[in-house]
Amino acid sequence: MVQKLGHLKETPSQTAGPYVHIGATPNFSGIEGVYREDLGRIMVGPEAKGERIAVVGHVLDGLGEPLKDALIEIWQADAAGLYNSPQERRGKADPHFSGFGRGATDYVTGEYRFETIKPGPVPFVDGRLMAPHITFWIAARGVNLGLHTRMYFSDEAAANAKCPVLARLEHQSRVRSLIAERSVAGGRATYRFDIRLQGENETVFFDI
Amino acid sequence: MAETGTFYRRDRGWHPPPLTPQYKTSILRSPQRAPLSLENTLSELTGPVFGHDILGKLDSDLIRNYAKTGDAIGPRINVYGRVLDENGRGVDGVLIEIWQANAAGRYRHKKEGYDAPLDPNFGGCGRTITDAEGRYWFRTVRPGPYPWPNRVNDWRPAHIHFSIFGHAFAQRLITQMYFEGDPMIWQCPIATGIPDRVALEQLIAALDRNNSTHMDSLAYKFDIVLRGRRSTPFENKKEGN
Ligand SMILES: [Fe+3]
Repeated sequence: MVQKLGHLKETPSQTAGPYVHIGATPNFSGIEGVYREDLGRIMVGPEAKGERIAVVGHVLDGLGEPLKDALIEIWQADAAGLYNSPQERRGKADPHFSGFGRGATDYVTGEYRFETIKPGPVPFVDGRLMAPHITFWIAARGVNLGLHTRMYFSDEAAANAKCPVLARLEHQSRVRSLIAERSVAGGRATYRFDIRLQGENETVFFDI
Repeated sequence: MAETGTFYRRDRGWHPPPLTPQYKTSILRSPQRAPLSLENTLSELTGPVFGHDILGKLDSDLIRNYAKTGDAIGPRINVYGRVLDENGRGVDGVLIEIWQANAAGRYRHKKEGYDAPLDPNFGGCGRTITDAEGRYWFRTVRPGPYPWPNRVNDWRPAHIHFSIFGHAFAQRLITQMYFEGDPMIWQCPIATGIPDRVALEQLIAALDRNNSTHMDSLAYKFDIVLRGRRSTPFENKKEGN
């Protein structure tokens, strides 16, 4: 006999189902008056530092149809590359920026949208800088375990080329599935980031 | 002081695989390529903190938090438990959000297709934050089973959806709680998408008569386990490459 490790097993995942918004964004789903405000709706305070940007896109199934019942959460560093989290030991993050966003895909169009700021770079485990990125987590009907991915920025080509995480991809042609295209209208940048669950241009998902 | 160690790898064989064909929607929504394995970086080791200031007084009481003319109708239950990590330690400050059908099996949602009656006093959402030992508590009504469009005559066993937000984005989890003794669990294409019977049993809450409320509510105990952090001295050893 050997000693027992005694580790517990993680609770198994189950799909969020079609009504995840009742629990995650009840005001959006039409259940008003229970919570004052849906969590993660506002990420940026008026005094937050950094470039204001919008991130928009769709989550597409294997036939290219947008999901209309998905929940998307994002998590990112502030403009200086610091996370607003107790685990952040390198400095104090901008108190006017939460770093956490939660949104639903639109019931009619399937589009999601976040108003945020452009993050700074964050170091990889060996100290090299990762290119600026936003972590995405997607839960929806038909998705049995929440999906992690990252959005990178099309105007950061030099940083993207040196990012130790993007370099990890065996098929470098798949890097483009992680890069959001920047466009500017009225002096304000919007990044379009479509997430493809299947197909030729399937988004790279991460086992973290 | 918050822990900063990296997480134990997720055992993907313990979770349902992305493709479970008996659950038809998974066919077009399951990624087909292998996910990219990535050691935890700060982006995964960190996470937002939710303070008790976001909570309203009735957020964890689904019998009252949407009540208009009286209490929600149905068998009254307490759902309680602890959030632990894989090391067996209670996890404090975890945001737990739940949603469920009413006692007749009907969701308050514009896309709901089951015409069992709505309960005007039941919204179906609740949330709480675990205490210093990882404990949480809800009061609600037992949800009814409901039919759903999958195979002909598929019904979901009674269940409560749980969203669990631990200390780091790597711990993020959504799952469902089932009820002890329900034969429909073993007929459900979503529940049985979990390959291991012992793993599925981890989602079945135990009836706990000891924690019933006298002449009011039965109790079900549902403990939740989130990924645990390494605590050996070599956890953050830098690999050059
Ligand atoms: Fe359900």
